[in-house]
Amino acid sequence: MNEYVIIGNGVAAAGCIEGIRSADADGRITVISKETHPVYCRPLISYYLEGKTDLARMPYRDADFYEKNGCRVLYGRTAEQADAANRTVTLDDGTVLPYTSVCIATGSAPFVPPIAGLDTVPVACTFMTLDDALALEQATQTPRHVLIIGAGLIGLKCAEGLHGRAASITVCDLADHVLPSILDADSASVLQTHLEQNGIQFRLSDTVECFCGNTAHMRSGETIRFDVLVLAVGVRANAALAKDCGCETNRGILVDVSMETTVSGIYAAGDCTEGTDISAGQKRVLAILPNAYMQGFAAGMNMAGAEASFDNAIPMNAIGFFGLHTMTAGTYDGEVYTEETETSRKKLYTKDGLLKGFILIGDTTRAGLYTALIRNRTPLDSFDFDTMKKTATFASLSADMRKRCFGGVV
Amino acid sequence: MKRIYVNEAWCLGCRLCEYNCAFANSGMQDMASALKGKPIFPRIHIEQANAITFAVSCRHCTDPICVKSCIAGAIRKTDGVVQIDQTKCVGCLTCVLVCPYGALAPNENGVMQKCELCLRNACGEPACVKGCPNRAIVYEEREADA
Repeated sequence: MNEYVIIGNGVAAAGCIEGIRSADADGRITVISKETHPVYCRPLISYYLEGKTDLARMPYRDADFYEKNGCRVLYGRTAEQADAANRTVTLDDGTVLPYTSVCIATGSAPFVPPIAGLDTVPVACTFMTLDDALALEQATQTPRHVLIIGAGLIGLKCAEGLHGRAASITVCDLADHVLPSILDADSASVLQTHLEQNGIQFRLSDTVECFCGNTAHMRSGETIRFDVLVLAVGVRANAALAKDCGCETNRGILVDVSMETTVSGIYAAGDCTEGTDISAGQKRVLAILPNAYMQGFAAGMNMAGAEASFDNAIPMNAIGFFGLHTMTAGTYDGEVYTEETETSRKKLYTKDGLLKGFILIGDTTRAGLYTALIRNRTPLDSFDFDTMKKTATFASLSADMRKRCFGGVV
Repeated sequence: MKRIYVNEAWCLGCRLCEYNCAFANSGMQDMASALKGKPIFPRIHIEQANAITFAVSCRHCTDPICVKSCIAGAIRKTDGVVQIDQTKCVGCLTCVLVCPYGALAPNENGVMQKCELCLRNACGEPACVKGCPNRAIVYEEREADA
């Protein structure tokens, strides 16, 4: 009987479990879960603070998920070491688990910059886990002044989540615009204005030089008083365990399209990996939820001896703030088609006869049609892209293509 | 597995399917009080290309990417039908970002909805199909192309 070990208990792990079970009903699955919660999706933690979900609705799967899938979950345990030669994983309590194949799904961890005086700050949090959200909930039982370092996806979602609970929220970032990893400065300005109209204050192109208790001394010379500090500077892949057992790593654990690492029998999935972004043709850490699930599922199938590949990963994000939705995908390379109003943006990037990426703020109707063009690498001369540019519609496709989509099983 | 299929050659573009869908999912007894004078949020929509019109709704894909992408674990496929647990949905729109058919959209409260073949409402069978005057939308079993 196969022995499967999954290190981690996030969405990639859930995908891995379901992937294994799609091919092997009998093998034994052991899940090593550092957190003491059953699988939940990290992006939900801001919605939890906002009150849009709660602990009862947050679990990713039904309460009997592990039982139904024949999984043993070791809560509160971490894997210290993997031994590729002997095919064992050693846990922090000394337990040695043999494996036929193992999946490393250890995710990522917040990067905490070494800022002078950080240890003098009474209440400092990161915003990555459910426990972080619960700690922030506790820290904001009465309205507090919140300072968030980092205007990326995590920092801004945290700002939105805390909005109804905080006396004030100030976000600072060394970058000159919000969401620097997914937006250009022009698109970011639309979003920043909207966030400011909702009461979020920004200090961009600025950072904390040092802390003195509840005061942040900024590089610009300004001082900011706060009660609660959130560190959302960035995340780093948890790749140390993989590196130590011989897997090649870069910014994440390197995997091929089967999700196997460079060491036989060791797979990896989710935010700890670096896979190929087909829109850019480059290796990249694609720390987004859909990829985590799909990587996990592919890894699981391959671990169980079936064949699966995940070979069309692209960066993509759907992120809304105070009712204004933003969607981005792919790479912003090549010729750009732009539509803009004061409160919206649409930018489609084309190169080599393909759609490479897009930014949509405001109207995101049927954005998935654009995403599919990128993922499927659909040649733009095979349909009426001029119509599609303006409206995401199947009207731009040939009658034959439509017949395949709507007249057949897909 | 029965699914909804459209034949655009027979579609009149009358949009009755949109109204029948909105009514079937309204939970109300008569169409006038359900729809009259209100914006409607149907789970099927008509698209138009010059003289051609056609209806678009969830394909209940063999390998649905919305299920794999949902950040709340709110979308699942049960007995061939892709369904949303609206109590779990947080309205992040990731499903809109990934659905290659444009088949998901928020309802009037920002919660996602999609065609669930009327299997969970009082209609019991797809209302769009039942009310299509020209049989441009059908509900039947078809084989996957080899």
